[in-house]
Amino acid sequence: MIIYFKRAIKDILDHRFLNAVTIATISIAILIASAFALFFVNANAIVNSWKQGIRIMVYLKPNSSELKVADIKRKIEGMKGVNNVRFISNIEALERLKNQMKRQSSLLDDLQENPLPDAFEVRLTDDFQNQDKVETLAARLESLSQVDEVEYGQVWLGRFTNILNLFRLTGYAMGALFFAATVLIVANTIRLVLYSRREEVEIMRLVGATDGFIRAPFYIEGLIQGALGGIIGLAALFVLFVFISSNVDKSLTSSLFAIRFLSWGAFLGILICSMFVGWMGCFLSLKQFLKQ
Amino acid sequence: MIEKQSKSSIIRMFHVHKNYGAVKALIDITLDVPKNELLFISGPSGAGKTSLLKLLYFGEAASEGQVLIDGMNLSRISHNRIPILRRKFGVIFQDYKLIRTKTVFDNIAIVLEAMGKKRRFVEKKVRSVLRTVGMENSIHSLPPTLSGGEQQRIAVARAIVGDPKIILADEPTGNLDEDSADIILNLLKRFHIRGATVIIATHDKELIRKTGGRVIHLKQGRIQTISNN
Ligand SMILES: Nc1ncnc2c1ncn2[C@@H]1O[C@H](COP(=O)(O)OP(=O)(O)O)[C@@H](O)[C@H]1O
Ligand SMILES: [Mg+2]
Repeated sequence: MIIYFKRAIKDILDHRFLNAVTIATISIAILIASAFALFFVNANAIVNSWKQGIRIMVYLKPNSSELKVADIKRKIEGMKGVNNVRFISNIEALERLKNQMKRQSSLLDDLQENPLPDAFEVRLTDDFQNQDKVETLAARLESLSQVDEVEYGQVWLGRFTNILNLFRLTGYAMGALFFAATVLIVANTIRLVLYSRREEVEIMRLVGATDGFIRAPFYIEGLIQGALGGIIGLAALFVLFVFISSNVDKSLTSSLFAIRFLSWGAFLGILICSMFVGWMGCFLSLKQFLKQ
Repeated sequence: MIEKQSKSSIIRMFHVHKNYGAVKALIDITLDVPKNELLFISGPSGAGKTSLLKLLYFGEAASEGQVLIDGMNLSRISHNRIPILRRKFGVIFQDYKLIRTKTVFDNIAIVLEAMGKKRRFVEKKVRSVLRTVGMENSIHSLPPTLSGGEQQRIAVARAIVGDPKIILADEPTGNLDEDSADIILNLLKRFHIRGATVIIATHDKELIRKTGGRVIHLKQGRIQTISNN
């Protein structure tokens, strides 16, 4: 094993230029593909955080009795598409309002009586977060006795989710495309290395070397190329990320959400993918070369 | 009688032909080589000497007929048994076939590494064969920096390092001066005495006369005479 490793390292050094080209190619592919992944991860996180805001507010007529409130709550909970229901009394609503107004809250202190209605905050299941279904549900809520008014918004997010899904599919397709292209490029450089060493390979066979013995260092070479390419690509992405996020954060996003880098899991996944690319490239060219 | 001979034969060729397209390089070769023989294949250039050696280590497949090496039938050999066959041989190629980009040490060590030998053993053994051929000072040299005779000696060292049963030498003294040729020949003789079967292909009559042994004379692809010298 160690001897294969030594041979592989020596091979890489002996063919510096070819190997540098291969590693650069893998790096660029990994950079583009993982930039895509990074964008997707963040877009997804943002949409999810916004989605928390998709809800229907159901305002009750004034002076509803506790019994009736409990009854309506049960009815709403029984409806399709309802995830959970929270009762917000007019007292709690006023507290919230005061909190939100902060400095101007003294205005509210002078109120003789609470002008706000009791309300239910209704959160929806995932499959109900689109325009049609929200409208139907809202109509049914409005038809309940004791319900004064129904309010909803941010339905456009549902459409946004669809776009994001389309985006995800495009991402997968592009990933597959990059994978195939990089494998072919790696296969091609390994083929060039093999070609430049066909005499040596032939001699090794003549003195009794097995195909496995001849192949092993090439596979290790492919794995090393993949690993180096992956690390360089991800490092470049990180530099780019730090640069962009330090510029964007201040102006745009701030408290709403923080742009994140890829998780360690994703990082490792991409690295393994990249090593697999190197291995696969070797596999293809060796298969062809040693069959002759 | 024939039974007995075949039992101790390490190489048998039976009505073997070799064609390269329209060129008939070998025609109807039948030959038995007993274990531990020192055998010469002679004949003018183009007679088919190299082709005959190639058929033995399966550098080429016979076009017709049977080749048996130490119990292996080459007409039915599977791809993954070819390395096993080749490890029975130590071949000194006419053009040496040394890897130009690897040091003398690596060139020889590769035979043992391919066999899966341990590093320490490889190190010791390579140094020992280099001493045998008198080239221990060139252990880190690259082959192109050595003279023809020196490269020839490295080729001999690589051929014997794996302790093969059979040594094939293709024009081993081809372009060497007399002293270098004598060194190579003595090495081959020494290996023969130690128990190996040695086959030397050469067009050099003087070399055969000096050494002695059975001589297969080829002419235009056919065995013309078999004589004892
Ligand atoms: N690979 C080859 N392709 C075509 N013809 C070949 C090949 N190798 C040898 N020959 C021909 O076969 C004949 C025998 O060649 P060879 O075995 O090299 O003879 P020798 O070693 O006795 O000089 C020659 O006519 C040569 O031209
Ligand atoms: Mg020849």
